[in-house]
Amino acid sequence: MNTTVATTGTEGKTWGGGTDPLKASYGKMMMWFFIVSDALTFSAFLAAYGFSRFKFIDSWPIADEVFTHVPFFHGNYPMIYVAFMTFVLIMSSVTMVLAVDAGHHMNQKKVTWYMFLTVIGGLIFVGSQAWEWNTFIKGEYGAVKTKGGNILQFGEYVNEDGEQKFKRVAIADFAKAAHGDRVQHESKNGLWYETEGALPEYTIDEVYNGLAAHENVLIRNQIINDEGEKTVLTRAESLKQLKANGTLVVHGANLKVNEYGSPLFADFFFFITGFHGFHVFSGVVINIIIFFNVIIGTYERRKNYEMVEKVGLYWHFVDLVWVFVFTFFYLV
Amino acid sequence: MAHEHKLEIFRGLWKFKSNIQKIWGVLAFLTFITLIEVGLGIYKPEMFMHTWMTPFEGGFLATLGNIFFSPLIYMKPLNFIFIVLTIVKAYYITWDFMHMRDETKALRRMVVWTGVFLICYLVFILLQEAGYIEGVYTNGYIKRDF
Repeated sequence: MNTTVATTGTEGKTWGGGTDPLKASYGKMMMWFFIVSDALTFSAFLAAYGFSRFKFIDSWPIADEVFTHVPFFHGNYPMIYVAFMTFVLIMSSVTMVLAVDAGHHMNQKKVTWYMFLTVIGGLIFVGSQAWEWNTFIKGEYGAVKTKGGNILQFGEYVNEDGEQKFKRVAIADFAKAAHGDRVQHESKNGLWYETEGALPEYTIDEVYNGLAAHENVLIRNQIINDEGEKTVLTRAESLKQLKANGTLVVHGANLKVNEYGSPLFADFFFFITGFHGFHVFSGVVINIIIFFNVIIGTYERRKNYEMVEKVGLYWHFVDLVWVFVFTFFYLV
Repeated sequence: MAHEHKLEIFRGLWKFKSNIQKIWGVLAFLTFITLIEVGLGIYKPEMFMHTWMTPFEGGFLATLGNIFFSPLIYMKPLNFIFIVLTIVKAYYITWDFMHMRDETKALRRMVVWTGVFLICYLVFILLQEAGYIEGVYTNGYIKRDF
């Protein structure tokens, strides 16, 4: 009964089966679809970041003042280290695409070598990010949180090349440590059902006394003025605001407080760079797996290196996301 | 397996002899753009720090004009430059590193337009609403500072 076998006359045509639609293999196309959906996730995060930033557009922290550190160097180098991280990631994208190219030529040695370099690049990037987190969490100058949840920072005007410049001053440099009679409340020495976190290094009174004793130290609040800089209060106003509204000495940043300004800035920083860092980390793990597969010759036997191409797509995507994170977190 | 690569970028202005050469060329270009971005980010030239246009006043046409020129009216030129440069970078990463240039037109459009439309929608909604909330904070009777 030949008639039960359907011959539709479409064999070899696009939808007849046996051909790759869009001339892409199944795996590659699925990787593309995954990338599209992941791109939407990341853009949702970045758009949410934009949402919070627009909400507080006149008091958002200035990234140049937050990320100014470079490992092993002292001083003020805004952007430099992030630019380095960006370059590392782009460079590891290049070694990845070179690995893909070597795969097309079935050159096992070269693929191994380039995959190795890609993994190293990824590790340098993740390490740098960990360092950046660490610096951000530790903080630098310290600040005072007000009753309204705003941040007051300290600094003084110094002459630099004939120009008056506002330089930040660390709380530890001027606060007057007094004998504190306040000790940390632990469940063992007080109410057994209650406990509290570590006390801040200084109390508001100590900071206030220090401020009163140092004539040139001023307070800067978060409101951005017409020149695009944070507003510096007068001496009298500084003393008044600290006395009336200061509630907590903050050092560094976490999910609740942030010495650089709005806590939302820290929240989004941890969330978005953390999510991206997790992508880089999983990318490194996948790259390592592929690396060992290349070494043991899996793809030689399979007679194609398409797997390298597929992880390559993912790896480039991670780079692509970083380009956007870099712009919206550090530049804009 | 035959792998055909299109070996020219900038619409044929820059041609390469091999795929490997093209990769290094694209790297040079991306590095160049990153350097421009970092330079602008550090020095912040005064001319890019204030918007070049003020909003149009008036009726319907003014509103249309404000929408049409919104990147120039409501955004610092510096930020506008950053965003444009970022999209340029994204284009070359996708087109040359991810080999989108060598895929079929249909696959290209499927990936790019889906993303572009949905992201534009998302960004529009969120920024629009955030602008509204900022207005409430600024002009309303919510006590904010101190």
